[in-house]
Amino acid sequence: MNRSFNLFAGIIGSFALSCYALVLLPKQQLGGLQPQTVEDEGKITEIYPINNVAVEKGRAVYASEGCFYCHTQQVRDEQNGTDLERGWGVRRTVARDYIFDTTPFLGSNRVGPDLANVGSTKWRNEPVDENSKYKPAKRDAAWQLLHLYAPRTVIKSSNMPPYRYLFENKKISGQRSVDALALTGSDAPEPGYEVVPKPAAKALVAYLLSLDKSHPLKEVKGSAPEVAAK
Amino acid sequence: MTAAALAPTPTAASAPEAPSAAQVQAAERAAIDASASGPVLFFFSNAILWLLLATVLGFITSIQLHHPGFLANFSIVSLLPFTEGSLLADLRLTYGRALPAYTNALGYGWATLSGMGVAIWLLARLCRVRIKVPGVLITGAIFWQVGLTVGILQILGGKTTGVEGLEIPGSAAVLMLFGYLLVGLWGALIFGYRRQAPAYISVWYLLAALFWFPWTFGLAHLAVALPVQGVVQSLIAAWAAQNFLNVFITAIGLAAAYYLIPKVIGRPIHSYHLASTGFGAFILFSGLTGAVRLSGGPLPAWLITLSIAATILLLVQLATVSTNLLLTMRGQHHMVYHSPTVRFTIFGVISFTIASVVGLLSSLRSVDRLLHFTFFQSAQTHLLLYAFFSMVMFGAIYYILPRLLGCEWLSSSLISWHFLASAYGGGVLVVGLALSGIAGGAALANPESIFSQVIEDSSRYYVASTLAWGMIGIGHVIFALHFLLMLFRIGQPGGEPTLFAPIGEEKH
Ligand code: HEC
Repeated sequence: MNRSFNLFAGIIGSFALSCYALVLLPKQQLGGLQPQTVEDEGKITEIYPINNVAVEKGRAVYASEGCFYCHTQQVRDEQNGTDLERGWGVRRTVARDYIFDTTPFLGSNRVGPDLANVGSTKWRNEPVDENSKYKPAKRDAAWQLLHLYAPRTVIKSSNMPPYRYLFENKKISGQRSVDALALTGSDAPEPGYEVVPKPAAKALVAYLLSLDKSHPLKEVKGSAPEVAAK
Repeated sequence: MTAAALAPTPTAASAPEAPSAAQVQAAERAAIDASASGPVLFFFSNAILWLLLATVLGFITSIQLHHPGFLANFSIVSLLPFTEGSLLADLRLTYGRALPAYTNALGYGWATLSGMGVAIWLLARLCRVRIKVPGVLITGAIFWQVGLTVGILQILGGKTTGVEGLEIPGSAAVLMLFGYLLVGLWGALIFGYRRQAPAYISVWYLLAALFWFPWTFGLAHLAVALPVQGVVQSLIAAWAAQNFLNVFITAIGLAAAYYLIPKVIGRPIHSYHLASTGFGAFILFSGLTGAVRLSGGPLPAWLITLSIAATILLLVQLATVSTNLLLTMRGQHHMVYHSPTVRFTIFGVISFTIASVVGLLSSLRSVDRLLHFTFFQSAQTHLLLYAFFSMVMFGAIYYILPRLLGCEWLSSSLISWHFLASAYGGGVLVVGLALSGIAGGAALANPESIFSQVIEDSSRYYVASTLAWGMIGIGHVIFALHFLLMLFRIGQPGGEPTLFAPIGEEKH
């Protein structure tokens, strides 16, 4: 009797402890985080992060295609890795960056680069050398679409899977569509046809281009909020 | 109470003349086995089907890493007409869908069902209780699997929750939870009606597993459904994944090892005190380790520190479990050559030891920084889930099935081939993933090496994983066929236990 009591007390008590320390306490500590605000003549406005519902559709595509099994969306500081040096962000990410995410895609594996700031113009995944002739291509919507359709046409050694099913092979009727992919070589469709993104691909790219967590925050040292407020 | 009194009685050798205590006990055991055989066989055979599915999916995802175009645009619907708008619409095997389908099939299909089968049988045996209304257990397993099947189809159809480790959407998860509760409740009832007090070490671990799982699973899915927003969501997912692997799965694996090794060797567990200290450390610390999965991430530092500390303190459990089980084997190492069950189980216990040491080292900040976002994590998961847990489950099934069917395994060479394929395949898989993680991590840590270099360095070992999956696949097919033969009672009826080599004929 006594032994079984101890056993049950141990099992239930340890679970309660685990749940308290790793779920309830952090929820209490982080659950109330609010966006950063600026006060301008007594008027308080929330400046970061913004709840960008316009890209929800693309966010859903990112989830259903499981991009997050290969890509993280979290930038670590200098002590914990080379993320900043690689150009994946200008500061580390913190809990406040994710308050509006119902499912933050923090990720756990970097088969591909971190995408926390991939929509920022400052994001890069290649070293930019002032003197070299080589300049990384601009990551605009057209580039992203092409990369999704056939990653190896833009990054030779890529082992990211192609997402052709997010595109349509269409017969050209009259004018070429504005968003038809500029494909060459073996990827090009047969003459008279063009490859155009389906709505899911466009939404996904809009989501990717919205990803930017470089806004300075007061809890991150060195990201100077005063400068940003301007 | 001495250690000897608590240990399960060794299998009676040739029984003496009079209806002795041993004969009465043997008759009781036979009655318990008969009452358990329906549900336990149901659990095992379904588990093996999931194992085969997981093997195929694991093989596919490993090929995709070196041939990214492989099945990248393949749609299962194109094979099935009239699926528009149904659950079967737009099923795809792109890496980002095949991978979670694989982990769910392996974790919730194979591991959970085989683990539950072993748990129910062990509880019935150790509590000396016959199972009443076995239909409840079977119903539970059916609900669980209907939920899991729907969930995996939803994942392949792109309707995942998007939370790593908790991909199965709420409605399917509810079915699973309901099914689980039926099984868990029956497990608790077996303990409630126990005729053997005090409880053996394995029973402690089993009760812990039975209790922890539904709470973790239920709370974590609740958090997804609410939804809890922000990084707390990720933390809960990490907590749930860690509890599943490091508490639920580990506890069942250790319960089986604590039963099987003394039982087959015919000698009580080395030390009861070591075992109870180990269990105490396990139950207290392992549930606090979850945040190591988010080390370096956007969370308060105290959380990570707490989990690292808990990981280090788990050393107490590791030391006690490993020394206890290995000391029980002392002087009986030759049993590894004779008994399939011991060979599989000892392989598992050694893997558990390695997994714990590696887990501890890699949780340290200086190491974690290098390996965190690489396949090293996956190597650790497979070390625990495959090289430890699955191997122990194979050993347990090799032990339990003849007792349920009254028929011994047909061929020791088939068992031996299965062992070789799973041991080498599992080993190559884990080492390949670990090397890929180390190489990729080193390249990532060097800001001079551009990302193409990272890809090149980590890709070098992907082919090894595919090769490993090939070996593992062969092992699983052999195992499944052998199991099927047993179900049809094609074996050695009433024969001697199938051993690798007759006892007494030393190999060393
Ligand atoms: C099998 C792992 C894998 C999956 C799944 C995956 N990626 Fe990638 N991704 C990579 C790799 C490797 C790279 C780096 C090579 C390259 O740029 O193609 C990359 C690069 C990228 C880049 C950066 C390209 C650049 O240099 O600017 C973006 C953006 C991206 N992926 C988006 C996605 C999206 C969106 C998805 C889901 C639809 C996805 N990835 C799924 C592996 C993956």
